[in-house]
Amino acid sequence: MNLDFSFYNWDLISNFVLKGLYFSLILTLVATIGGVLFGTVLALMRLSGKKWLDVPATIYVNGMRSIPLVMVILWFFLLVPAIIGRPIGAEVSAVVTFIAFEAAYFSEIMRAGIQSIPRGQVYAGQALGMTYSQNMKLVVLPQAFRNMLPVLLTQTIILFQDTSLVYAIGAYDMLKGFEVAGKNFGRPIEAYLAAAVLYFIMCYALSWAVKRLHQKIAIIR
Amino acid sequence: MSWDWQVFCQDTMDREVVQGCFGKGGDITYLDWMLSAWGWTVSVSLLALLLALVLGSFIGTLRTLQDRPMIVRLGNAWVELFRNIPLLVQIFLWYHVLPSLFPVLRGVPGFALVVLALGFFTSARIAEQVRSGIQALPRGQRYAGLAMGFTTFQTYRYVLLPMAFRIIIPPLTSETMNIFKNSSVAFAVSVAELTMFAMQAQEETSRGIEVYLAVTTLYIISAFAINRIMAFIEKRARIPGMVVSGAAGGGH
Repeated sequence: MNLDFSFYNWDLISNFVLKGLYFSLILTLVATIGGVLFGTVLALMRLSGKKWLDVPATIYVNGMRSIPLVMVILWFFLLVPAIIGRPIGAEVSAVVTFIAFEAAYFSEIMRAGIQSIPRGQVYAGQALGMTYSQNMKLVVLPQAFRNMLPVLLTQTIILFQDTSLVYAIGAYDMLKGFEVAGKNFGRPIEAYLAAAVLYFIMCYALSWAVKRLHQKIAIIR
Repeated sequence: MSWDWQVFCQDTMDREVVQGCFGKGGDITYLDWMLSAWGWTVSVSLLALLLALVLGSFIGTLRTLQDRPMIVRLGNAWVELFRNIPLLVQIFLWYHVLPSLFPVLRGVPGFALVVLALGFFTSARIAEQVRSGIQALPRGQRYAGLAMGFTTFQTYRYVLLPMAFRIIIPPLTSETMNIFKNSSVAFAVSVAELTMFAMQAQEETSRGIEVYLAVTTLYIISAFAINRIMAFIEKRARIPGMVVSGAAGGGH
């Protein structure tokens, strides 16, 4: 079998692939921002020490983390239209799903980051007469953020890879773009290979950058 | 809206409710179908886990060899390759691309290809954990082994690996739970596992909530069972007096 990549020209890429790539990137970006915000709320709920906040957040996080993402995607695709009473597209459903799902993972990262700060730091802040919010803002969070930034970014790369799973509900992401192009031109093999190469290059470059960043900002103890 | 759990007792062909919920004489109900799908999920996951453990341990160990930069680099390349391509794309590569490039693979059933895909994908992650487990050991351990006159192989076999594997049981637990979750991606190449069942049964019966609830429960039961089994292994393998930092607590 001969591989023939000659059908890849700019027209094809801009017609099929870019549209999907654009959606994959937007989905990653929105889900990261939304997931971090919602995840912070969840993390603060779990660290609050109040049972009525801690228990629901714990159930939510552990529940999300023990179900496959594909099942969560299917659930939301089924439930969200039923709840709001009108059909929504696969793309909107995917965005909602990824925010809800990734928030569980982001909240665990946040929680670990905040808990990684030695208690002595908090006590030192209190001894200096800082209020809770000053202590958080000036002592705990800057250090916690440094600790968790590489993990957060790595999770974002995983999130980018996971966006390919919107395949389950037929949303048009990068993988779908390659697949459609491959089907139209009768070259599915080359299309899948090209998709793999592009995913690899993007993810490898990103994880390399994260590694460099980690070396740069790591706190030396 | 109302529940209709009777849907699981329906025959998959004529949609009649069957007495006792299990089909007779070659007919199957949705319950039968779901249980067999669970069986597929479990078999895909366990076989992939076996493959991933063998490959991952081997490659992870190679990555810690000293004075063998080429082998280390190959091991690193392996890990980067399988970590930076989404699992779904890897499954497509195994299922669509490789058989057309290598005709030998053409007769291989989809089930086996998915096991290979999932196994190789996870092997990279296990290799990473095995490497970090070995490197978490004090350097003196290796030197002690060598000073005793052990060969490199013996040092790994009797000194480093027994300790390293105990250290990495918690991350291996989450990896095992991940394999079960990741096996759901096999739906994309029509392996008859749970997610595939969920999608098809939802379509046929329009009782999506009931079907999804049942399937989700089975996934949660599987995850919980693995968690308990691994906790048992961790307890049995524990060496009194050996305190492993950061390894305490469950495997989440």
